[in-house]
Amino acid sequence: MSFLTLDHLSHHYFSKKNYTKALDDISFSVKDGEFVALLGPSGCGKSTILSIIAGIIEHTAGEVYVGEQPLRKSELDIGYMLQQDYLFPWKSIIDNVLIGPKIGRDQSSETKKRAVDLLEQVGLANITDSYPDSLSGGMRQRVALVRTLITNPKILLLDEPFSALDYQTKLKLEDLVWDLLQKYNKTSVLVTHDIGEAIAMSDRIILMDANPGSIAKTFEVPLELRNEKPFSARRHPKYQILFDKVWEALNQNEAGSQQTKVVDSSNDT
Amino acid sequence: MTHDNDQHLHEKYKKTLKREKRFVFSWQIIILISFFGLWELASRMYWIDPLIFSSPSEVYTVLVENFSDGSMLAHTQVTLFETVLGFLIGTILGIIMATILWSSERFSKIMDPYLVIMNAMPKVALGPIIIVAMGPGYLSIITMGAIISVVITTLVVYSAFREVDPNYVKVLKSFKATRGQIFKEAIFPATIPAMISTLKVNVGLSWVGVVVGEFLVSNEGLGYLIVYGFQVFDFSLVMSSLILIAIFAALMYKIVERIEVFLIRHTR
Repeated sequence: MSFLTLDHLSHHYFSKKNYTKALDDISFSVKDGEFVALLGPSGCGKSTILSIIAGIIEHTAGEVYVGEQPLRKSELDIGYMLQQDYLFPWKSIIDNVLIGPKIGRDQSSETKKRAVDLLEQVGLANITDSYPDSLSGGMRQRVALVRTLITNPKILLLDEPFSALDYQTKLKLEDLVWDLLQKYNKTSVLVTHDIGEAIAMSDRIILMDANPGSIAKTFEVPLELRNEKPFSARRHPKYQILFDKVWEALNQNEAGSQQTKVVDSSNDT
Repeated sequence: MTHDNDQHLHEKYKKTLKREKRFVFSWQIIILISFFGLWELASRMYWIDPLIFSSPSEVYTVLVENFSDGSMLAHTQVTLFETVLGFLIGTILGIIMATILWSSERFSKIMDPYLVIMNAMPKVALGPIIIVAMGPGYLSIITMGAIISVVITTLVVYSAFREVDPNYVKVLKSFKATRGQIFKEAIFPATIPAMISTLKVNVGLSWVGVVVGEFLVSNEGLGYLIVYGFQVFDFSLVMSSLILIAIFAALMYKIVERIEVFLIRHTR
């Protein structure tokens, strides 16, 4: 059953002088409980896709379906994790975690208890009353993860959530996130430019092309890798094989799309 | 052994800090004393005209005299009251106006040229009109104190609102926050440091507005004393009023600084 479908989705960025096609005819669907990675060079519009799914920006052509319904009409609960934690520095950790429920006007003690439990699960007991400035980058990103999970979203959108962390923290956090997503059976879309991360974490990799952003190729991650934690998946023999394949495809794309396609509209006036 | 050594180094570091602080403070005191000392000396030796520039001892006598008969206290209270109120009204009104501008982008676009004009306009030039409209009294003077800071507060706070990292807004939008909620949870708290720095500017501005207002109409207050002293050629009175204004303006600034330390503990 497909949970989320992007149907011939396109997006343009307009400015006074010209327009840029950020996404061109993107179609893919995500099954319930599936983990899809969008992999591609910077500027290929992968983050734009997430913003569209999140309803933060409106696409200019095509449609997004949640189940059978168009996105605009559905009440899709999303969890959005960004490159940096973007914890509010003036709020204590527990208030940061509870910001989603607060906006949804849910201030029950049950939710609060769940927040404390989740914080404990990610290894952050007893910091509920601290402030973000006293936490390390890895801890802050874990708080951001709890903040994302507390509203119990149907789908998780991960926008390079590990890219700002040091390598060791990143590997640890990948395992943690993977564990939690597995445990709560979440559907997720991960945006990344890290081939290894995409292979280690996801079930399917959608390789994107830049200028304009479009789908170049799709890779199924072998079952043996899917069932391993990211850290052990990286050491699996099949990991390197897939890595090489993706690497090659990425390089081919780069060679093929050197020209930019910014269209100047000033000549038709 | 090494621990003792570390401890020792730390003690040494703390001592240098203390010494530096003491050095700075002593020079501040030296400058203060030599300023008043030179002033007194210059006045006594007739290097400067004591009738115009007065002298610290003269100023002291005037202050003691006028405080003991209660008149100075009344004048000071009036001016302080007007300044604090003008300052608060100007700042709060400015923040409210910035909020209104933020709430509608279209409205802010429409208002843009008018804000530019209002900002460029020397507000004290509106004094006569304000006095005619509101009558010669507290109301006009407080209005002067407020009007001088309201436009600049609006502009500074509004641009600070717009400079808040859009990713905070993105986080809130992913939870389906309304524009009001976004303002309350991210925009406003993120801008508190900017608001505090406008407060610091406004302290000075409100004194300007109030003193000019008192120049124009009032029959009490420190601004009035300055004009009165000028008219009767009592420059000791002018100087003592100036010194009082300096002291209270500095005090207000210090209070704002204290508030700042308290409010921005966790904004970075």
